[in-house]
Amino acid sequence: MTSIKKPRIYMPKLERNALGLTRMDYEGGMSTLCAGCGHDSITAAVVQAFFELGLPPHRAVKLSGIGCSSKTTAYFMPQAHGFNGVHGRMPAVVSGANAAQRELTYIGISGDGDSLSIGLGQLCHAIRRNVNMWYVLENNGVYGLTKGQFSASSDLGSKSKKGEHNQDGPIDPVSMALSVGATFVARSFSGDKEQLVPILIAGLRHRGFAFIDVLSPCVTFNDHEGSTKSYTFIRKSTSEVVGTGFVPIKEEIATQYESGVVHPVTMHDGTTLYLRKVDASYDPTDRGVAYANLRERQERGEIATGLLYIQEDSADLHVREKTVATPLRDLPFESLCPGSAGLEELMDEYL
Amino acid sequence: MSGTDEEGGLHTGSRVNDFAVKVATVNGTGSASANGLILKVIHRMEIPVSGKNVFPSNIQGLPTWYELRMSRQGHLARTPRFDLIVAMNPSTYARDVAEVQPGGWILYDDSWPLSKTLIRPDVTYLGIPLARLCIGKFAGSRVRVLMKNIAYAGALAALIGLDMDIIRELLEETFSRKKALLESNYVAVALGYDYARAHFDCPLPIRLEKMEPGHRHILMDGNTAAALGCVYAGATVGAWYPITPATSVMDNFTMLCKRFRTEPDGTKNFAILQAEDELAAAGMVVGAGWMGARAFTSTAGPGIDLMSEFVGLAYYTEVPCVFFDIQRTGPSTGMPTRTQQGDLLTIAYASHGDTKHIALFPADPEECFHLTVAAFDLAERFQTPVFVVSDLDIGMNDWRIPRLQWDDDYHWDRGKVLGEAELAELESFSRYLDVDGDGIAARTLPGVSAKGAYFVRGSGHDKHGNYTEDEEGYQEVVDRLVRKLETAKSALPAPVIGRREGACALLVCLGSSDAACREAIDLLAARGLAMDLLRVRAFPFSQDVDALLAEHDMVFVVDQNRDGQLCTLLVNETSVEKAKLHSVRHYSGTPISAVHVLDGVLPVLDPATDGTAATSRSTRQAKCPRLQA
Repeated sequence: MTSIKKPRIYMPKLERNALGLTRMDYEGGMSTLCAGCGHDSITAAVVQAFFELGLPPHRAVKLSGIGCSSKTTAYFMPQAHGFNGVHGRMPAVVSGANAAQRELTYIGISGDGDSLSIGLGQLCHAIRRNVNMWYVLENNGVYGLTKGQFSASSDLGSKSKKGEHNQDGPIDPVSMALSVGATFVARSFSGDKEQLVPILIAGLRHRGFAFIDVLSPCVTFNDHEGSTKSYTFIRKSTSEVVGTGFVPIKEEIATQYESGVVHPVTMHDGTTLYLRKVDASYDPTDRGVAYANLRERQERGEIATGLLYIQEDSADLHVREKTVATPLRDLPFESLCPGSAGLEELMDEYL
Repeated sequence: MSGTDEEGGLHTGSRVNDFAVKVATVNGTGSASANGLILKVIHRMEIPVSGKNVFPSNIQGLPTWYELRMSRQGHLARTPRFDLIVAMNPSTYARDVAEVQPGGWILYDDSWPLSKTLIRPDVTYLGIPLARLCIGKFAGSRVRVLMKNIAYAGALAALIGLDMDIIRELLEETFSRKKALLESNYVAVALGYDYARAHFDCPLPIRLEKMEPGHRHILMDGNTAAALGCVYAGATVGAWYPITPATSVMDNFTMLCKRFRTEPDGTKNFAILQAEDELAAAGMVVGAGWMGARAFTSTAGPGIDLMSEFVGLAYYTEVPCVFFDIQRTGPSTGMPTRTQQGDLLTIAYASHGDTKHIALFPADPEECFHLTVAAFDLAERFQTPVFVVSDLDIGMNDWRIPRLQWDDDYHWDRGKVLGEAELAELESFSRYLDVDGDGIAARTLPGVSAKGAYFVRGSGHDKHGNYTEDEEGYQEVVDRLVRKLETAKSALPAPVIGRREGACALLVCLGSSDAACREAIDLLAARGLAMDLLRVRAFPFSQDVDALLAEHDMVFVVDQNRDGQLCTLLVNETSVEKAKLHSVRHYSGTPISAVHVLDGVLPVLDPATDGTAATSRSTRQAKCPRLQA
């Protein structure tokens, strides 16, 4: 995973957040991805989301697997610890790390190869466990680092750069996440920062597994005529179902929304999420509705985007497991070891 | 010596507290409770005893055996020679009848006649109509089946002298809240006991007599002891995927945590993650170890294979984590309910590229407890995966061991971890910098300080933790890892060395081969052949191992695997001359016995024998030069 150190330019007039940090403070090394790569736009959106929320970078951790997408964790927040593990296994590492330290913000960045092929099982099970994390799937329908093979999200008939047509049906990450019980499911497009940033922010506020599929064209291997993951094709096919607005706790809603179209969702920390529904009858807290709408649009050739489903009272791994409030890794030895007295008592049961 | 004679042959006279019994039953019929009861009675009679379960990979309906060995001298390794067989499974009668020693006894259910083909002239048949007796006393087929087992325990009480008071005491402990069951158990015990007393000359010459309590002993299996070690070491995260014979490690950890690690408000000081597979279990442990919790997983050979990629990552990125391998018979699915030491090579070098791992080899449940605590300290001190390598025999059988002791002065060793204050004093932090010259670089924990942030990366990295494809930068790190492991050698549990006056050879073993080797050495001494014993308890091997190997001209290496994996490791990792090593191997799936060791040692050490341990005593031969002098 390569990155180039970015020159720091002194710019005193940059906007500062609640922590007094500028957007630049959330930026990392220079990207070594191809110019125009969708992943770089996602990185910029990640930076924007953290900046806007005013999260201290060192209280986040960034984890990824292997692939172009997984390289991007080096391009933001160098103050945060990073973990670039083995291919497709990031969810397991996050599960263990999160079990050990529940207070940090867990950022998982993955791609369609990492998430839907080699790591499909791990992704499904991390969703089932409802690990409190942010899972961004940078989806370009192609294996970039190995130069252009189809991935599991490539659509049937989509054309590769070499001119072959994909014969194997795709795995749609959003339907998959909904079907295995994800408590937060969204889809966006790397080219639509207006939509993406609020979704990322909402995901950070969600207690549980926030699954965000982001279509992110590969300019080198999958941006040609005949590809269903090109900028042109995605722009033409995406259709927003639910827009996302986020209002911090106690702040008033500045925008006036048409009644019945706005769906407020109270997050576990007391903040409120406002979802703008394109169709007033859509209920983003109803898994069945979300699923049906998704299928309906798929059949029409549309790619549904937005925050498609959210479970308000989501209980994450720690809530379910009833772990103590103190992060396990910080518990003192004395509170963990029962000592000789405990052992003596126990030994009497093995006589 | 009296009693268990390695010569085999006809037993004569009475043998008190020195014989072996094998119980043949059908699994899923409740015989495990009866066998456990018998083991516990003998244990509470303060007689050294071992009970080994030889069971099928099946839930109900297949043959299963339970082997009890009593030895007042304390030789508790498995013995393949049985004085009494309790034959309760007609489908294995032929095999069971054939197995009893000449002069021995067969206790069988004579509710049905025994086929004439099963009659041996050199053994005594003790027929008890157990099924018929139970039909007369109990209603319902399931209860009758269960109680038939308790009835044979009652018969054994009369035949070999199990203490009836202790039987009653144990039944009361077990069924204190189920009075009806307690009553049926009493009736069943009496059925067998009374019948045996009325029809046979009780007790038999092979019999038990209470011994003086010496050290206070307990009965515990290795997996319980290992789980207890995890609790005492302060482990907070356990991740696993169910697999025989490792499952009871996490089952026991769960049970112990509920008891010792649960707050009054019901919140838990631990997290147990049942993963989707062993790959994920390993990933979770690596994640938790990286985050600064003491984390472990328990598995067996097939799981180790799946975990290997993460093991390599943890080795290269220097993340502390503990892996339990409760070995079973491989390769592949192999015989999942049988024991072996078949994973030694896999573990020593698990994962691709240049890797080498710390492994600890407990010989019994007591060591499972203590070496587990050591494993967590070593993992954090040396920031690397540490394997606790046990096996099915240690892990799943109840062993009579001294009561476990805990030193309240113990405090965990978290290794070099820089906190916020320490980081503040540094100009900058580099993750893989060898500041102290011992090969161990200090680490930082996520979320503590921006200054300590770095990237854990499985890809090539330099001493600062930065990505590199630079020749020197890459090599510097992997060379330091070698130095780190060198430092570790002297901190690992020392080998156990048993010296004998005039020893002409050395016997090397590890893990559960210990008891059989110690017994073999006693048996050899009785033949006038003295051998030293070296039991290695850790890999990589320390200097002591090398020195002892160099001291001897003849070295026998005992392995419970086909290919002599410990032998291979010694050749590979010490300066021993290959020519002087003799590999002794047992790999049928049953625990090794002293007879197996002698069978491997005697043909070389004492060629006048015909190559088996069962031949008569011979004179010392030239192969053992020091004793001749």
